[in-house]
Amino acid sequence: MSEIKPTKKLDVRGLMCPMPVVKLSSAINEVKVGEVIEVLATDPGSLTDIPAWARKTGNEVLKIDKEGNVIKFYVKRLK
Amino acid sequence: MSGENAGEEKSIVAIIVSKNSLDMAYPPLIIAQTAAAMGMEAHLFFTFWGLYLIKKGGAEKAKLPGFMKFFTGMMKKKMAKVGIKPLHEMIRDAKAMGVKFHACQMTMEVLGIKREDLIDEVDDVMGAASFLEIAEKAKVTLFI
Repeated sequence: MSEIKPTKKLDVRGLMCPMPVVKLSSAINEVKVGEVIEVLATDPGSLTDIPAWARKTGNEVLKIDKEGNVIKFYVKRLK
Repeated sequence: MSGENAGEEKSIVAIIVSKNSLDMAYPPLIIAQTAAAMGMEAHLFFTFWGLYLIKKGGAEKAKLPGFMKFFTGMMKKKMAKVGIKPLHEMIRDAKAMGVKFHACQMTMEVLGIKREDLIDEVDDVMGAASFLEIAEKAKVTLFI
């Protein structure tokens, strides 16, 4: 896979369910279709919730990285 | 809002909110807000004690149930610490995301609550039949 270049960063560190998904659902509208948002989260629930949100809304989680207690998601807007 | 395919009908979540204690007030709001974020249509039907949550000032007064009420302040502090918003703010956010707020007509009569006593976020006042009309189409229905 070629290098992922996010056009927007969303910091939801310190926020719990449902805020990471709620914030992501509005942030996704601030990028164009095909662009990627980098999401920084600390809520362990977001590990399953953000992929579930993406499946339901038809967007794609390209990659998930964990650095310490911070979870990094690369989410591509598909529509 | 990012949603489902155009032309595809939105899936509906219909939740009956029957209690006004802090622990029972958060789950329906969190689920409704999440549903809206996932492109679903969320409806909350406030009945019996649940109606107090959409009475002006009611969400601010919500407490833990029974003797646990003495720990309400502590619980609120714990929730604020992890970034969970107070109930009245969550109601405002949910409304801004398109969650529908329905008040139970019968409960209003029983408790002597008038339309003007309800918060501005309330969309309408309805009875069981109107709620069932929505719930019948819903893929997810919950009683909380």
